[in-house]
Amino acid sequence: MLSGKSALVTGASRGIGRAIALELAKQGANVAVNYAGSEDKAQAVVEEIKQFGVKSFKIQANVADEKETKAMVKEVVSEFDSVDILVNNAGINRDNLIMRMKEDEFDQVIDTNLKGVFQCIKAVSRQMMKQRGGRIINVSSVVGVSGNAGQANYTAAKAGVIGLTKSTAKEFASRNILVNAVAPGFITTDMTDELTHEQKEGMLSMIPLEKLGEPEDVARVVRFLASEDAKYITGQTINIDGGMVM
Amino acid sequence: MADVFDKVKEIIVDKLEVEESQVTMEASFKDDLEADSLDVVELVMELEDEFDMEIADEEAEKINTVGDAVNYINSSQS
Repeated sequence: MLSGKSALVTGASRGIGRAIALELAKQGANVAVNYAGSEDKAQAVVEEIKQFGVKSFKIQANVADEKETKAMVKEVVSEFDSVDILVNNAGINRDNLIMRMKEDEFDQVIDTNLKGVFQCIKAVSRQMMKQRGGRIINVSSVVGVSGNAGQANYTAAKAGVIGLTKSTAKEFASRNILVNAVAPGFITTDMTDELTHEQKEGMLSMIPLEKLGEPEDVARVVRFLASEDAKYITGQTINIDGGMVM
Repeated sequence: MADVFDKVKEIIVDKLEVEESQVTMEASFKDDLEADSLDVVELVMELEDEFDMEIADEEAEKINTVGDAVNYINSSQS
């Protein structure tokens, strides 16, 4: 389905990013695994990817840093000869009530989750324009659509990603670069493991499908958006949330 | 000088699909050659590759005509 394609997935050492990297590899794409700190985990993902018979390597970069993202994309192009798919998944959270949230907590989340997406898009844009095509898939969040108490920084960044997705889609449409977002709901990852039982129960009561999602549920939609089947879709945000937000 | 112009002309004809006769030093990319903003950015990228140079964004923004591009390349190569 994606054989011969090259993908770069940010924040791919664990959680949703890891599942996306594996899914794209399973479909035949070569995958570069970006990570910020978890080198061992990133290496483990690379080894798993190679079992699908495709090329893979890990690359450390802070997505919010222009120089690092430029260097990262350069390396992907030199290893794979192209960048056909960029998945902007890297994200952090620093949850707090607004009245207690420090400026630093706000800035860090905006930097990684929003500016990081911009930096990576900018870094691949030249290559994708030359190729006359590409797919960019940004991982937003359903709380970027609905809002969530205690996550002002995170939801602002994730809502920002949706706006950024639409502008990028319009700007690059003439070059056949398609840009979409996915908005996962409650997915079982390290990030959601941190939530208390009470918080989880509260969330479950808001999900019509009455269960949490798996990282693979998100990965399969990303795989679709990266494929030929999605060639007439751009600027959209697809919620993957068990019906939480409609 | 002529070499640079010829090379630039060749790239413009190829990229913007215009006639060679339309590409004069005075021709404006947007007004005369019907390029949109993205075309101009792309053209600048192409020139960077062709002449093995980096054109800073501030400089690239000043390139409106074919002559601007040719003169910029000439001045940076001398």
